[in-house]
Amino acid sequence: MATLNINGRDVTVDVPADMPILWVLRDVVGLTGTKFGCGIAACGACTVHLDGQPTRSCVTPVSAAVGKRITTIEAIGETPAGKKVQQAWLDLEVVQCGYCQSGQIMAASALVAKTANPSDADIDAAMSGNICRCGTYVRIRAAIKQAARGPAVGKGA
Amino acid sequence: MHTVSRRDFVVVLTSAAGGLLLGCRMGDRSGAPPAAGAGSSPGFAPNAFIRIGTDGRITLVMNQIEMGQGMYTSMPMLLAEELEVGLDQVQLEHAPPNDKLYANPLIGFQVTGGSTSVRAMYTPLRTAGATARTMLVAAAARTWEVDPASCRAHQGVVTHAATGRTLSYGALADQAAKLPVPEKVALKDPKDFTLIGTPAKRLDTPDKVTGKAEFGIDVRLPGMKVATVAASPVLGGKVAGLDEAKAKAIPGVQQIVRLDDTVAVVADHMWAAKQGLAALAIRWDDGPNAKVSTSDVVQELDAASKQPGVVARKQGDAAAAIAGAAQKLEAVYQVPFLAHATMEPMNCTVHVRKDGCEVWTCSQVLSRAQATAAQVTGLPLEKVVVHNHLLGGGFGRRLEVDYVTQAVRIGKQVEGPVKVVWTREEDVQHDVYRPYYYDRIAAGLDARGKPVAWSHRLVGPSILARWAPPAFKDGIDGDAVDAAIHLIYDIPAIRVEYVRHEEPVLNTGFWRGVGPTHNVFVIESFIDELAAAAKTDPVAYRRALLGKAPRARAVLDLAAKQAGWERPLPAGRGRGVSLLYSGWDTYVAQVAEVEVSKAGEVRVHRIVCAVDCGTIVNPDIVKAQIEGGVVFGISGALWGEITLKNGRVEQSNFNNYRTLRMNETPTIEVHLVRNGEAPGGIGEPGTAVTAPALANAIFAATGKRIRRLPVKDQLRST
Repeated sequence: MATLNINGRDVTVDVPADMPILWVLRDVVGLTGTKFGCGIAACGACTVHLDGQPTRSCVTPVSAAVGKRITTIEAIGETPAGKKVQQAWLDLEVVQCGYCQSGQIMAASALVAKTANPSDADIDAAMSGNICRCGTYVRIRAAIKQAARGPAVGKGA
Repeated sequence: MHTVSRRDFVVVLTSAAGGLLLGCRMGDRSGAPPAAGAGSSPGFAPNAFIRIGTDGRITLVMNQIEMGQGMYTSMPMLLAEELEVGLDQVQLEHAPPNDKLYANPLIGFQVTGGSTSVRAMYTPLRTAGATARTMLVAAAARTWEVDPASCRAHQGVVTHAATGRTLSYGALADQAAKLPVPEKVALKDPKDFTLIGTPAKRLDTPDKVTGKAEFGIDVRLPGMKVATVAASPVLGGKVAGLDEAKAKAIPGVQQIVRLDDTVAVVADHMWAAKQGLAALAIRWDDGPNAKVSTSDVVQELDAASKQPGVVARKQGDAAAAIAGAAQKLEAVYQVPFLAHATMEPMNCTVHVRKDGCEVWTCSQVLSRAQATAAQVTGLPLEKVVVHNHLLGGGFGRRLEVDYVTQAVRIGKQVEGPVKVVWTREEDVQHDVYRPYYYDRIAAGLDARGKPVAWSHRLVGPSILARWAPPAFKDGIDGDAVDAAIHLIYDIPAIRVEYVRHEEPVLNTGFWRGVGPTHNVFVIESFIDELAAAAKTDPVAYRRALLGKAPRARAVLDLAAKQAGWERPLPAGRGRGVSLLYSGWDTYVAQVAEVEVSKAGEVRVHRIVCAVDCGTIVNPDIVKAQIEGGVVFGISGALWGEITLKNGRVEQSNFNNYRTLRMNETPTIEVHLVRNGEAPGGIGEPGTAVTAPALANAIFAATGKRIRRLPVKDQLRST
């Protein structure tokens, strides 16, 4: 039995201590916005925040989340950075299939929350763990800049 | 799969063209989706694509599925343009499986793929919208006892201009439903379009940025269990033994389902299922492919390439012309097996009961998902209900229903609903792979370096012979030879031969860019070889051969101009060009700029594409498709490769099946040509055009010709 704080609410779950947060969220709690992509922290689709830190939930045991705040894609819009990122994603039409975008947005929101004016190198460092097979990287880069700085003058992407 | 020559299309169409027309006819409601809201008035449903409730609710039914390519925006744009409603007024619904109502007229059944959606549905969906609008206007005119020509529809409201009276579509729904469906309706003049041609906002994205969007893998049902699977790691192998007790000891594991070639662990959640699967320590009888390695495959292809094939295009006497040419060039080109690696791993949820079967999945071929479930359960088709969802990537992988078949086989042994989810490892190692192709190509040049003859023999399996048998005709797979037979350059003698060589060691299927992804790499690399042999600039060389292909020449010129083709580059960098044309009615020219480090690492700096896809429905989606197609193409060209050892796929996950990441992504510029030509396909071309531009840029940078993909470490030794 573990009590988790998920998106500001305490949730008690009866799961093994080594169960990855990903499966607790998806299969036990029923929050399916966080996606399964690889299971080995190689693609970033499962990214959530633990106390604001982007974390690969597919390899992070639930025991590591006890006493911390878990934030998922379902609630990231309630944070200032998350809200700006989501809006920029829509403004620049970043999304294609959308499956990786929960993870992309979680990674980007963490970056935007702590870096006022992310450089290309900052974006590379924060985002290169997140794979998108639809190939939306060019727009993700532009959208992060827009979220951080406000709409660019002229052409976005 | 966008199939073949027009000639073959006609055959496929003949058997299927009636379906869509029938689907648009009033009164044919068989299989039509039920009206929204139980007990509410059905309102107005003049065809299978449009439903207008008396409450004013406008529902559009999507026969083409959404896998990121923007169909849940482009298709509603076609309907809404003619229906005269705003995109913000409509709700979308996934179509149920029904080949009669929802066939893709270019292919003949309910399928999304091959860059066909806009080409296939441009006129049918506009007609569906115009039919409904005409009937709603007629209903209003009848109510007011005025001439329909004096009424105008706009934003879901009919207005009588002279008196200013208005009626909403909802208010007109019941009466419109009683009117006969007009035989012919007038479509809008393109100059009056208010939606088509605009960068309308996508309808599927708001839910995709909040985690609300439901993909197949997100299905949750009361009492549902979760299973994960291991199929034989060698194609044709069987389960020899396993340790069931160990798996059952894992908390949460409920059941082990053992099929002849597959084992599933059914559990309360995926974590228990995964652990249970590992604990089983399955032993396999590998069967006849136990010892096969990639080199065996290549050896067989090489042998096959020395045999003559079926002639797919013949113009003049290429062999004689090459023999008599001033200069002769020949080469062997090879492209590897490739996995799709959609971000959403394969999955399917089923509930098999004695009297029926329900399937929740995401598929590019929904009616095939239904058919396989019916076949496995022995139930009649109408007892199989299939719910489609958003696809977390398709790229051709979900044109197959192997994962549905498998889930139903498992579900037959499980009480209640079960969601079968593949691990990434299972997904990479049990894909339906892009085939390995092996090409022999030759050309003859005259004294001035101009090509006088071209001979291209390509060897590979026929995907169409399995996937759409009627499209495999006269020994020719129209997909396998696509683009090769369309060779656009003005060369007097051309011979294209196809040697069918089936692959027993891996299942093969369509991969983004389909046939042209292979052929355009070969053609556009080899034409570059000819240019180099003629000591001519690659753009100028191509351009001189495009006198009869103005659209191709225009995109080539545009790409070269936008890329600054003439501008010098620092040492170690090179620009390469490629040109795409095929059965998609789309022309793309690409200029790639790469840098090759001393260690042989390739860095792609910039990609410029010029695109002429005829009439554009949504330019922003077209650009996104090219951008994404390019990224997919770079991954494949630089690193994509599935190899075999002892019959087993050696790659397993993103750590060893490398795909492009943010820090490796170049700037990508897409320049659109606007014209009134018929709409062309756009999902595949960006991928198909990319590998040769990269390979040609690598040649420009290093002098090393890439004749085998992926590039991977081929530049290390230089």
